Amino acid sequence: MATPPQLHNGKGTQDMADSVANSTAREDDSLFVRIDRLSKHFDEVAAVDNVSLDIKKGEIFALLGSSGCGKSTLLRMLAGFEMPSSGNIYLDGDDIAKMPPYERPINMMFQSYALFPHLTVWENVAFGLKRDGMPKDQIAERVETTLGIVKLKPYAKRKPHQLSGGQQQRVALARCLAKRPKLLLLDEPLGALDRKLREETQFELVNIIKSVGVTCAMVTHDQEEAMIMADRIAVMQEGRFLQVGPPSEIYETPSCVFVAGFIGDVNLFKGKVIVDEPDHVLIETPECRHFVTHGITGMIDMQVNIALRPEKICLQSHEPTLEQRESPKEQGYNVARGTIDGIAYFGKFTLFHVRLESGMVIKASRENSARHEETQLVRGQQIYVWWDGSDVVVLAN
Amino acid sequence: MNSRLGKIWLTAGYLFLYVPILTLIIFSFNESKMVTLWGGFSFKWYGVIIHDSEVVNGFFLSMKIALMTATASVVLGMFAAFAMVRYKSFFGRTTFFAHINAPLVVPEVITGLSLLLFFVMCERLIGMPERGIFTIWIGHTTFGLSYAAVVIQSRLLEMDKSLEEAAMDLGCKPFQVFYLVTLPMIAQSLMAAWLLTFTISLDDVVTTAFLSGPGSSTLPLVILSRARLGLDPTVNAIATITVAVVSVGVVAGSLWMSRQERRRAAEQAEAYREGMQAISA
Repeated sequence: MATPPQLHNGKGTQDMADSVANSTAREDDSLFVRIDRLSKHFDEVAAVDNVSLDIKKGEIFALLGSSGCGKSTLLRMLAGFEMPSSGNIYLDGDDIAKMPPYERPINMMFQSYALFPHLTVWENVAFGLKRDGMPKDQIAERVETTLGIVKLKPYAKRKPHQLSGGQQQRVALARCLAKRPKLLLLDEPLGALDRKLREETQFELVNIIKSVGVTCAMVTHDQEEAMIMADRIAVMQEGRFLQVGPPSEIYETPSCVFVAGFIGDVNLFKGKVIVDEPDHVLIETPECRHFVTHGITGMIDMQVNIALRPEKICLQSHEPTLEQRESPKEQGYNVARGTIDGIAYFGKFTLFHVRLESGMVIKASRENSARHEETQLVRGQQIYVWWDGSDVVVLAN
Repeated sequence: MNSRLGKIWLTAGYLFLYVPILTLIIFSFNESKMVTLWGGFSFKWYGVIIHDSEVVNGFFLSMKIALMTATASVVLGMFAAFAMVRYKSFFGRTTFFAHINAPLVVPEVITGLSLLLFFVMCERLIGMPERGIFTIWIGHTTFGLSYAAVVIQSRLLEMDKSLEEAAMDLGCKPFQVFYLVTLPMIAQSLMAAWLLTFTISLDDVVTTAFLSGPGSSTLPLVILSRARLGLDPTVNAIATITVAVVSVGVVAGSLWMSRQERRRAAEQAEAYREGMQAISA
């Protein structure tokens, strides 16, 4: 039984890391940031546990996980606020793991923004440049340009408390960007903003970062934020990476039950393999028999989980016809009967809770693409739910 | 009914607190030498204290000691507070913590007496220090620094630690972090600690009584010795001047602070409104 390829189970990347000489890393953009078998222990507890990762130049990379999963510790090791217990960090070919934060060409935007309240916007942005001993006229020029990028030129003379949350965030970003860092770190970039501001800010932030072209690593516990902003995501749990990949890959082919549940809604069927043919497998669960068509294979009687996203499920009052099916072979499989237990209208889609005959309640969503649905479904109605055999993901226990 | 009872209690409380002070002020303008008998209005006693060298010397000595104590306490208290807040584990931290807080709970008589015994022993062994301004300064600083440490410590604790990290992230070496970010952030608490220890030193009697030597009587000691010999309205005049200076200072200070606070709140509200308009636009 093949689970989706795990990019960071350690083996392959370690061998490569051994052969990395400083010179080769410098040439190759894909190895711009290289985290090599990095660990951080706090009193015997591993906050970050032997983690390896490459970040490409110009990429926005998100570390995603719930609190205590080690994502913040990893970010703080990149910034230099925590010293790794073991392992190396290479940035553009240089080993920076033991460099103090004030020498690293890395800047971090803090969750609280950490703007200096006794300094004006202008002085906040100039702060880092002054420390570098940059000549005054150059500082002025650089601050002007950077404030222009974040559209805060008219606010240069204000103090941080005279700005709204969104503006404060842009000052924090400008303060980082002014130093032209090789790597930009974002700690829960939208965590301190009102819900209404978030959506707007997400896109703006990505646009600014992409226009500047800076490589970026961010930490978030909000899967939506990670999906919208990042080019690639690493899902973390207990100090390790569960899966690393682009948002769509993580959503459509999660590597394990945890990832499937953490990113978006998912229905999980538990069952066992009963038939294994070259072009399909049959899996028996209490709800129905699953006909899975994509290339997987497994031993008979193997216990598996089937993950199915709510939007992949069709609801209708009659059994699916042969024409509706992806392939005629699926007829009689991937279908279950149930009663509508609850209906939640979200505007762009409606979420149905359907109680199947086995007692399991599944979530199914239907897009409200037309203003009036011709077949109105009501609570308590008997219906059929069905899906295509290519839309499920089979996960080992 | 209940609210009327409350008002009566409140009035009684205020009267209890302020009538003695008020009487003291009124009788400082008394023509008569008697402290309890009114003999007509006069500024006589104010003239007397200006020419009373014992009072004037005591005043300047008290000011000098208070200045020295406040400055030393704030410097030492700042380092102590820093050690306790920023360094969570070092050898002897618990003992250090106890020692910083001890002068706040140990009775002053004990502190004064033990310091006196210590200085007497020192004098016998190495011939110094002579009792006087120096020993009083040391004595005041021992508990002054505890008060300062407590005030500064609470400010350090509520300070966003990421400010210091941000400074370091932007290229500050540890010492630069301290004077470019931490110091401005805690400046207000340093000022508060300075004023507090200044006041405490200014009106300290117990420790001072133990540690003063010949010719080093601070103002409180002068007042106390005069009160013992029999009250005379010069004491009232000194007290009235003190009350006047303190209340003007306190009222001006709190007015200034509340105005700052209001302005800041208004600016924040304005910024928030602007931000909201920007979204809806």
